[in-house]
Amino acid sequence: MKFSLGPVQYFWPKAQMQQFYQDAADSSVDIVYLGETVCSKRRELKFEDYMAIGHMLRDAGKQVCLSSMTLYEAPNELRELRKYIDNGEFSVEANDVGAIAMLQEKALPFVAGAAINCYNQHSLRRLVGMGLTRWVMPVELSQHWLDTLLSQSVIQDIRDCFETEVLAFGHLPLAWSGRCFTARSENRAKDQCELCCIKYPQGREVASQDGTSVFVLNGIQTQSGYCYNLINQLPTMQGMVDVVRLSPQVTGTFAWLEKFKANLNGNAPQALSKTDSNGYWLSLAGMASG
Amino acid sequence: MELLCPAGSMPALIAAIENGADAVYVGLKDDTNARHFAGLNFDQGKLEQAVRYVHQHGKKIHVAINTFAHPDNWQRWQHAVDSAVAAGVDVLIIADMAVLAYAAERYPYVERHLSVQASATNAAAIEFYRQFGVSRVVLPRVLSLQQVRALARSCDVDLEVFAFGSLCIMAEGRCYLSSYMTGESPNTAGACSPAAFVRWDEQDGHLESRLNGILIDRFAPYETAGYPTLCKGRFTVGEDTYHALEEPTSLNTLDILPQLHAEGIKSLKIEGRQRSPAYVAQITQVWRAAIDAVMKDPEHFAVQNHWQQTLAGLSEGSQTTLGAYHRKWK
Repeated sequence: MKFSLGPVQYFWPKAQMQQFYQDAADSSVDIVYLGETVCSKRRELKFEDYMAIGHMLRDAGKQVCLSSMTLYEAPNELRELRKYIDNGEFSVEANDVGAIAMLQEKALPFVAGAAINCYNQHSLRRLVGMGLTRWVMPVELSQHWLDTLLSQSVIQDIRDCFETEVLAFGHLPLAWSGRCFTARSENRAKDQCELCCIKYPQGREVASQDGTSVFVLNGIQTQSGYCYNLINQLPTMQGMVDVVRLSPQVTGTFAWLEKFKANLNGNAPQALSKTDSNGYWLSLAGMASG
Repeated sequence: MELLCPAGSMPALIAAIENGADAVYVGLKDDTNARHFAGLNFDQGKLEQAVRYVHQHGKKIHVAINTFAHPDNWQRWQHAVDSAVAAGVDVLIIADMAVLAYAAERYPYVERHLSVQASATNAAAIEFYRQFGVSRVVLPRVLSLQQVRALARSCDVDLEVFAFGSLCIMAEGRCYLSSYMTGESPNTAGACSPAAFVRWDEQDGHLESRLNGILIDRFAPYETAGYPTLCKGRFTVGEDTYHALEEPTSLNTLDILPQLHAEGIKSLKIEGRQRSPAYVAQITQVWRAAIDAVMKDPEHFAVQNHWQQTLAGLSEGSQTTLGAYHRKWK
């Protein structure tokens, strides 16, 4: 089983990003996903900066993959996507089918991210035919769903053609909107957002009126209020999941990576806090714990 | 420009056709469609009856098969396509690429529209779905008018937009908020904030609405309580308690009808298969009149006050918005 770092979902200053990836280079992680996946206005790091970080990580022995955006709405955003597709060195994670169309046109292999709607063996088989080499399961699916899907006869002959990846740690990306909720929380219009999300390196918490953490606002993205954590479910992933993804958090990401590795076979389970959850994997509501 | 109206039942379908819909859309009585609610939708017999009625009136009927097929029940989605075609419907509205491919290969002569649940918001995504022979794309409610215009000018596929009804503020088909809170999402169960998880409580004179135990809103005695759709609740961010994501409001595009018409938008969709026949009748009347007016004389189109009054009266929280079409909303 390999471990990956998902793309940083939040808007961090350039120096913080560079420090994070220096730490990633020094860590035991196998695969690193890089790139802005949430908002095209976030330009602390440009395409060239991500490529430079990619080179640094590759030199440190990491497999690098460029993650593309999830919600493309404008022609200029597609032009930026084209740069990612044509990077010539690293594979690309598609988070919108528009990216798959471009990758398919160039006959390039790709990773289908969790926001690609692949819910069954027939869709998965089609995507493999288009060049998918790694499939990140949609966040709302369970161990049971994955197990059922992977055991269907229709994909047995291509079972060796793709890897399966599961997002197992971090605040889950749950929705994307035309509206910027962080700007709204500061009473700003999206067009005058002044990139205020840079003030919230872990997003803004949304709580119910009786104090339950419900969501996290991260620009146009809405995340889970609780931190998803499948550390204690790692033993149940054996034989099914090839890559376990950790979504970068503002603190503690690499410490959790080591804890995950230590519990691969269930030898070092961790007590979870009240604000952690693992419901989706257990076929429960996402915010539940089992 | 087509007026496409919702029908959750035979009486609603008749109301839509009688009041001027050019086409209606319906769902089957199972979880293959995104309005999988008790007491709603059409079984095989009813669907055949609906097709006969609609065709006798020279109109069209679309069937939404727009959830994502489950790994252990693929046959149910295949069967939905087979049943709809056997009943003689005009159009299949599909979201799942595997279901699209099945329909394209098995019934190439039946028109296929890309459901809003497939979340195609850009030209490249539309290009992706062209390989499944879709002739029309239903656009998600996250695009500005300017973005819709750019798509209309760059894509050679017909476009359908939402004109009126409940407002999804997230890119449809990629929103898991409902399953996060309840375990059931539009993609997997055909429902958002399902009624079975709703609870109302009276606390200190306030009415509280909960979804699977989570407090969505608290209403003072003078406030009108609305259904606890989770993205329209009042939550606390920092020091402020407000509608953090969106207010209870309905989408209404009457004000931009001439622009939609000028861009050649093929169809205007009215949301609301869960609504009553009376609601469908009133909405259809207003939109029939508006579309007729804009087609007759687009230069001098003016929104009539009584249209807006009728629509406001039928809206969530009695208010309407242009939503993402209007940049300031974003």
